[in-house]
Parts: sequence; structure tokens; C-alpha cells
Amino acid sequence: MAANPMTQFEVYRIGPEIKIGTFDISFTNASLFMVVSSLAILIIFNLGSKKNLIIPNKIQLLAELSYTFVSKMISDTAGSKAKPYFSFIFSLFMFVLFCNMLGMIPYTFTVTSHIIVTFVLASFIFIGVTIIGFIKHGFGYLKLFVPSGVPIVLLPLIVVIEIISYLSRPISLSVRLFANMMAGHTMMKVFGGFVISLGIVGGWLPLSFSVALTGLEILVAFLQAYVFAILTCIYLNDALNLHH
Amino acid sequence: MKKKVLFQSIFFYFFFIKEVFTAESGGMPQLNPEFWISQIFWLTLTFGILYLALSKLILPKISSNLELRKSKIQENIEAAEKQRKSSEQKIKEYEEIVFKSKLEAKNILKDFKEKTLKNINSKKQALDKQIDEEIKKAEGEINLLKKSAPEKINRIAIETSSELLKKLIGAEVNNSSISAIVEDLSKRNGEKYHDN
Repeated sequence: MAANPMTQFEVYRIGPEIKIGTFDISFTNASLFMVVSSLAILIIFNLGSKKNLIIPNKIQLLAELSYTFVSKMISDTAGSKAKPYFSFIFSLFMFVLFCNMLGMIPYTFTVTSHIIVTFVLASFIFIGVTIIGFIKHGFGYLKLFVPSGVPIVLLPLIVVIEIISYLSRPISLSVRLFANMMAGHTMMKVFGGFVISLGIVGGWLPLSFSVALTGLEILVAFLQAYVFAILTCIYLNDALNLHH
Repeated sequence: MKKKVLFQSIFFYFFFIKEVFTAESGGMPQLNPEFWISQIFWLTLTFGILYLALSKLILPKISSNLELRKSKIQENIEAAEKQRKSSEQKIKEYEEIVFKSKLEAKNILKDFKEKTLKNINSKKQALDKQIDEEIKKAEGEINLLKKSAPEKINRIAIETSSELLKKLIGAEVNNSSISAIVEDLSKRNGEKYHDN
């Protein structure tokens, strides 16, 4: 096979090997695209907030629409108490969105298609939310695992299920994003390979598929960033407004 | 669903048949822990910087921009409301003025009408008086004439009868005798004419 669909996910070193102790923290293509995404976000939003026009120009409108979009999303799902976490969720949403979207450009690397990246983000959210929950409610936060209105007979089972579902949050959150990204990109690569192997005679069908898939993948890229952010909001809501 | 099935088949295909892969990649590159630490490090760094820059520099600016616009729009709306109210007040004043002036115009018209009517009436009365006087005068004259008319007629009758007699008889007749006859006749017939 000429083009292995998985080679696009390979991480390789750019520049010299950097080591701290035994840890290898070399600058890789993944790091490059993290930096590029962050810089793109910073540049766009810096430009969008620089001038304060009463009738906003395009880039200002983009920045302000994103701001109101995320702020509405947070207030809808987690209420007004989640306001202090707005900038974190905003950066999270933008970071995931830009990583996903930049990955749609041919020959780029999709940062979020790596389980380690999404898992680190998800476990950070999980740990953070758990800490917030315990700070806000003390040991009362454990009431999250005891839903009200459940028959006492079923309670032990329910509590176990609740605990398992709570603990599986970081895994489900990270795998969802990672699998979606990897699946989409692999499929696009496979169809691209079909175009080449079937040549000019039969390649048109997979090509049209590829075009359709590109549209779908752009949608998925946005949707997964949105889902990632909104699930964070929902977890935060559980921690802030404990009424299970 | 289709996508999922397709993905899974591809995934398992590559997962189980290791010969397909090149030696260094070894299955899914995502599961190769060689660069995990590097990725975690760079993710923490870039995301940390991104978060700090957004939360400390950019987002407050956007938020204040939005607030400013909101307040400005609110101000403009309030100013517009004020102006609308003042314009309504002006319209009311204007309408009042128009109403007042209309009333005034009506009054003036009424006064003028009355005045002219009075004037006309007084003139009419004066004229009537004059006419009455004239009529009275004329009546007096007519009465005078009427009173003097029989005498004159008598005289004419006397003269004409004397002339006629002279021509018929050829002799002078005494005027006094004729006049006696005429007066007697006129007195007898006069009651017929002088009834007024």
C-alpha cells in the first residue's frame, strides 16, 4: 500500500531533541500545530478586540459573535454561577475548534486526533470539576452519586452505576473527540487513496465522496469542539449547582 | 452508522495485520508513547499561554467593547425617546397655537360680522328714515296738490265754460254765476272723487 492512512497521524521531531531529565520534550509536528492554533486564535481575537467600532467590522464581528456564542452556551447549560470559568471554556472551545479546523487543511497535522492530547484536556477538566465540586459543597458533593427519588432497594446499584459513569467521564470525553477526528481523517485518506488507485476511469466516484466527506468533516470538526465544550459546561453545572 | 462501520473495519484491518505498517510506526501512531510526554508538555504550554492571554488580555476587551456598545445603544435609544417626547410636546404646543389662532380668527370674524351688520342696520335705518321723510314730504305735497286741485279744476272749468258759452252764445256771461253752478256741480260730484 502506497499511502497508509495512519501515517498522517505520525508524530515526528522537528529540530533538535530536547530532554529534561529522562523526559523527551522535543518540538514535534504536533507541538507546531498546537502553537499555530494558539497563535491563530490569539491573532484573530486580538484583531477582533483592537478597535471598538459601534458597527463592527468583519473580524470584530467574528470575535464578538464567538464571545456571545460561548457565553450563551455557558449561561444556558451551567447558569450564571459558571461565569468565572468563562475564559477557560472559551479557550478550550477555541483551541479544540482551531485544532480540528486546521487539521482539515491538506498536509497538516490534527492535534486532537491524538488520544493523549484529548485525554490530558479531559482529565484536567475532570479533576478541575471534581475539585470545584468538593470546594463548593464539601462532602455533600458525594450526593451527586445518590439520585433522589430512587427506591432504596435499587440504591446500591444506582450508586455504583453513577460512580462508574462519573469516573468514565474523562475517558468518554477524550475518546469521543479523538475517535471522531481519527475516523474522519482516516476515511478521507482511504477515499483519497481510492481516487489514486482507481485512476482517471473510476476515480470520480471516490473523489465525489471525498468532496462530500470534506464538508461532513468540517461539520464534525465544529460539532466535536462544541460537544467537548458543552459537556464541560454540563460537568461544571453538576459541580456548581448540585441538585441531582 | 455507515461511517462507524467503515471506520471500525479499517481500524481493525490495520490493527490486526501488522505487516501493513512500516516498522517504525507500529500500529496506531496515537498509541505510541514515544512523544506522549512531549505532547503533554507542549499542550500544557500552548494551552496555558492561550488561556492566560485570552483571559487576561483579549476577553476583557471584547467584553468591555460589548458593554460599551450596549450602553451606547441604550443611551441612543434614551436620547431618541427624549427627542420623541419633546417633539410630541412641540406638536401639542403647535396644535394649541393653531387652535387658539383659529378661535381668534373666528372671534375676529364674528366681531367684524356683527360690526358690519350693525353698520348696515344703522345705515338701513337712516335710509329708511330718510325714505320715510321723503315719502311723507311727497305725500304732503300730494295732499296739498289734491286739496288745491278741485279749486284749480273749478277755475279751469269756469274759464272753459265761459269761453265755450262765449263762443256758443256770443255774449259775455257773468263769471260769478258760472262759478256758482260749477261749484254746485263739483260739490255734488266731488263726494265721488274725494273720498280718500
